[in-house]
Amino acid sequence: MTDLTKFTIAEARDGLRKGDITSRELTEAHIAAIEAADVLNAYIVKTPEKALAMADAADARVKAGDAPAMAGIPIGIKDLFATEGVRTTACSHILDGFEPAYESTVTQNLWDAGAVMLGKLNMDEFAMGSSNENSYYGPVKNPWRAEGSNEHFVPGGSSGGSVASVAAYTAMGATASDTGGSIRQPASFTGTVGVKPTYGRCSRYGMVAFASSLDQAGPVTRTVRDAAIMLEAMTGYDPKDSTSINREVPNFEAALTGDIRGKTIGIPKEYRLDETPEDILKLWDQGIGWLKDAGANVVDVSLPHTKYALPTYYIVAPAEASSNLARYDGVRYGLRDVPQGGNLTDMYETTRGHGFGDEVKRRVLMGTYVLSAGYYDAYYLKAQRVRQLIAKDFRDAFESVDALLTPTAPSAAFAFGSKSNDPIAMYLNDVFTVPASLAGLPGASVPAGLSADGLPLGLQVLTPAFDEMTLFTICGVLEEAAAFTAKPDAWWTA
Amino acid sequence: MSNINEDTVARIARLARLKLEPEQLAPMATELTSILDWVEQLGEVDTDGIEPMASPVDAKLVWRDDAVSDGNIQDKVLKNAPRREYGFFAVPKVIE
Amino acid sequence: MELPPNISGYRIAGATGDFEVVIGMEVHAQVTSKSKLFSGAATEFGAEPNAQVSLVDAAMPGMLPTINRECVRQAVRTGLALGAEINRFSVFDRKNYFYADLPQGYQISQFKHPVVGEGTIVIDLGEGKHKDVGVERIHLEQDAGKSMHDQHPDLTFVDLNRSGVALMEIVSKPHLNSPDEAGAYLTKLRTILRYIGSCDGNMEQGSMRADVNVSVRREGEPLGTRCEIKNVNSIRFVRQAIEVEARRQIDVIEAGGSVDQETRLFDPVKGETRSMRSKEEAHDYRYFPDPDLLPLEFDDGFIDAARDSLPELPDDKRARLVSTLGLSDYNASVLVAEKESADYFEALLAALADRGADTSKLAQKAANWVIGDLFGALNKAGKSITETPVGVDAGAQLLMLIDEGTISGRIAKDVFEIMFETGDSPAKIVEEKGLKQVSDTGEIEAIIDQVIAENPGQLAQYRDGKTKLQGFFVGQVMKATGGKANPAMVNQLLKPKLDG
Repeated sequence: MTDLTKFTIAEARDGLRKGDITSRELTEAHIAAIEAADVLNAYIVKTPEKALAMADAADARVKAGDAPAMAGIPIGIKDLFATEGVRTTACSHILDGFEPAYESTVTQNLWDAGAVMLGKLNMDEFAMGSSNENSYYGPVKNPWRAEGSNEHFVPGGSSGGSVASVAAYTAMGATASDTGGSIRQPASFTGTVGVKPTYGRCSRYGMVAFASSLDQAGPVTRTVRDAAIMLEAMTGYDPKDSTSINREVPNFEAALTGDIRGKTIGIPKEYRLDETPEDILKLWDQGIGWLKDAGANVVDVSLPHTKYALPTYYIVAPAEASSNLARYDGVRYGLRDVPQGGNLTDMYETTRGHGFGDEVKRRVLMGTYVLSAGYYDAYYLKAQRVRQLIAKDFRDAFESVDALLTPTAPSAAFAFGSKSNDPIAMYLNDVFTVPASLAGLPGASVPAGLSADGLPLGLQVLTPAFDEMTLFTICGVLEEAAAFTAKPDAWWTA
Repeated sequence: MSNINEDTVARIARLARLKLEPEQLAPMATELTSILDWVEQLGEVDTDGIEPMASPVDAKLVWRDDAVSDGNIQDKVLKNAPRREYGFFAVPKVIE
Repeated sequence: MELPPNISGYRIAGATGDFEVVIGMEVHAQVTSKSKLFSGAATEFGAEPNAQVSLVDAAMPGMLPTINRECVRQAVRTGLALGAEINRFSVFDRKNYFYADLPQGYQISQFKHPVVGEGTIVIDLGEGKHKDVGVERIHLEQDAGKSMHDQHPDLTFVDLNRSGVALMEIVSKPHLNSPDEAGAYLTKLRTILRYIGSCDGNMEQGSMRADVNVSVRREGEPLGTRCEIKNVNSIRFVRQAIEVEARRQIDVIEAGGSVDQETRLFDPVKGETRSMRSKEEAHDYRYFPDPDLLPLEFDDGFIDAARDSLPELPDDKRARLVSTLGLSDYNASVLVAEKESADYFEALLAALADRGADTSKLAQKAANWVIGDLFGALNKAGKSITETPVGVDAGAQLLMLIDEGTISGRIAKDVFEIMFETGDSPAKIVEEKGLKQVSDTGEIEAIIDQVIAENPGQLAQYRDGKTKLQGFFVGQVMKATGGKANPAMVNQLLKPKLDG
């Protein structure tokens, strides 16, 4: 019998519409796959009963002729998204047992489109991390292993659970979020497609905030078409989010024309770092070749402030985070830890001291410091000005090109613990993804090849704000040219 | 070059209401110092006359109409409270 | 900083000489709106704990603020009423600090770019004296919730009903120099806010609270170090707090010490201020632009519409009452001090006009009646003008009865008393009690003749040159008529008879 978990969203959608399969069958297959993949630690909350109820509702809907794109499609939800009545902790101890009385707009949009929730996915605590080693619920294992090796690798982060679940066929797609690369970098590490839309496309309502001016939701899927289908269901103007943009949502799937003739693709020279491994540079060159072959003009461009993006990000994001995380104080929800006879301040300090993990503490302290009296101008304001220059670099570049092509990450997936003792080395993972995050631009990672060790590598496409159509067109061409058919061996089911 | 010492870490931790054990102060000071040294490369960038960028959104704030459309959900508000009494959140006594 | 002259001349005598007091005020005024600044929860006073709280107000994870148009409009109207600069571009910042009733761990406020800039409030200092007090800025911000420390031996209870309610913080320049001036400032500000309806001015319910910055200096010396007295919730307490705080600072200085810049709390029971240093420690608010909100921007059309919606302001109204109706400055000031009083007075004039009266002639009399008789009775009964048993129509009727000569001013006072008690119409009272003024010449002459006949001794003295005794005869006539005789007519008829 066909393994239903191997379907793409597009295939499943068409099968459901034709009546060849039911959502219940699809969902049951995924529930079984999830049970068999516990070792990956991708799911931290499983909701099989809810999933089956939603699947039956979707089947009824499809039967009645109402079959929106995501109807009956089982997906996983990054634990950053509030799901009504289902534990939502952003993988932090400080949100222990928190059951929201509300649903995030992004997930509500997906449910309205008929999607089925399989459970909540592991992530770095409060989306702070690039390896998923910072989760209170433990790390996620990458479904991929190096060729001929039994060593486990990180799935990337912060959306480690999202990419692992999709790569391991335990979800057809997953929601994720990207603040500095948290969709694209893990997608690159796991051979999945990850799309971060333009800042303001997806509502942030009900998405646990890390850095408000950067956080943006997006999908992780196995194909570009699936990402287009899922993103379309996630986006839309939301009056509950003041930074949400009131624009019509295009039919992203219609962008998959395969035709990029006459498009101009820029290759930013600042992304060619000395320390970038040879296999990644080679893949990049290959990507350039594929786009040329498809009829695009490829030109070199310069984004002169690229090297300042990471330091800028590591001021702006922690500053916002230090304030966003002030609400976790033990008063209204989540963990409360009061030492014997302690007062309110003791309660705050102990709750937050015990509730936050090391990386979160580091960033809260960093953010508090750069905003504090005497340092605000030198750090925070300076970073905001450099951020403006970074955004301007992109605007200037997009005067002459339609899109940019870069590697997604400076390395393939790495081993557990190999970077966790050096914060800056860890931060450098996002060197190629952070600049577009600061500028609020759409970007996507498409699996394009394997590293020398046989681990997946992605290429990143960036386009001007709100030009996701071009983004999907180019990603579709890359996907087809790369013909990335490698799969992780399913060691986790053993 | 910035130099964050243990006292500074303790002061920031206090501002952020984060309890750090005494033995955590020194390593945190070292880590924060190295991160700050690294971000200080921004000093090389000429930002004279550049507007600070607070958000990627280039739009003005949308206003909502003044109507009571929310509230009356005491149960939902208190549902996750670690301690509630008579409809209030309860915390260790604050001495003013 | 250049300060305006201290015109009140208020000084506090210390052991070593006189001290001048310099005062600035930060008034937090609750914006009149149905829902909160950034959420759709209600703002009404007195609800069950945590009933008027949205998930946004409770700072649940992932909740986001959305701004209430009406709060922006009211802040702009307030700015316009103070003749202030309106900023078409302003920014919401986060003010970061921890407190149990501050759910977000920050207050959304405006720091660098407030919605309203500099303006002026003209305060009334009595005897026709006025002073211009500068307003530094007005910004919009969220109120915090409420902590209750006295409900449980070991616990503090937190109610978030107020959390997120819109406040305008109206910051004055340090242009006030006495407790009276501070009181007059608050009074005037409250009057203006109530006129335009941007705040109900209810200090008992906390709709208006003041942080008072006080410093002292010897004349000619630079400004002293100031202390901020937090959250004073009545005009009386503001005056008291300034007095005791200024005295305390003088004592510190004269004892050779120096005043610490700090936040203090006024204890009205003990009549002292005390340091809140314990709560103060290491304040560093780390203001930065709230990334959940975009800049607040509006165009001239919005400002114009706000301006068009303003009623006549108290200073303008006072000037008009004086210049077009001939009211005294005192009467005009009293009438405009409360919007409701001014409304009553103007409605009274309109009712008089409806009855064909010449209001330019009657205005002064109407003002005297409102301020003297009506306010006096209301005051005695502990009622406000909105609770008056004597409505505008009844008042107009009464004034018309006097004007037409139907009753004398003296009788009118009795009629008013009955009106106030029973709510009856003056015509009915006059009719039933037979209080109509006697203006019949024959009737009055008969009484005069009788009075003269009964007082031959006084008549002789009068005719000997003690003409002041005319008053005695008038009194006797009035007494004999039960006050109903028309006094002008009595005088007119009496004189020739006395003169013989």
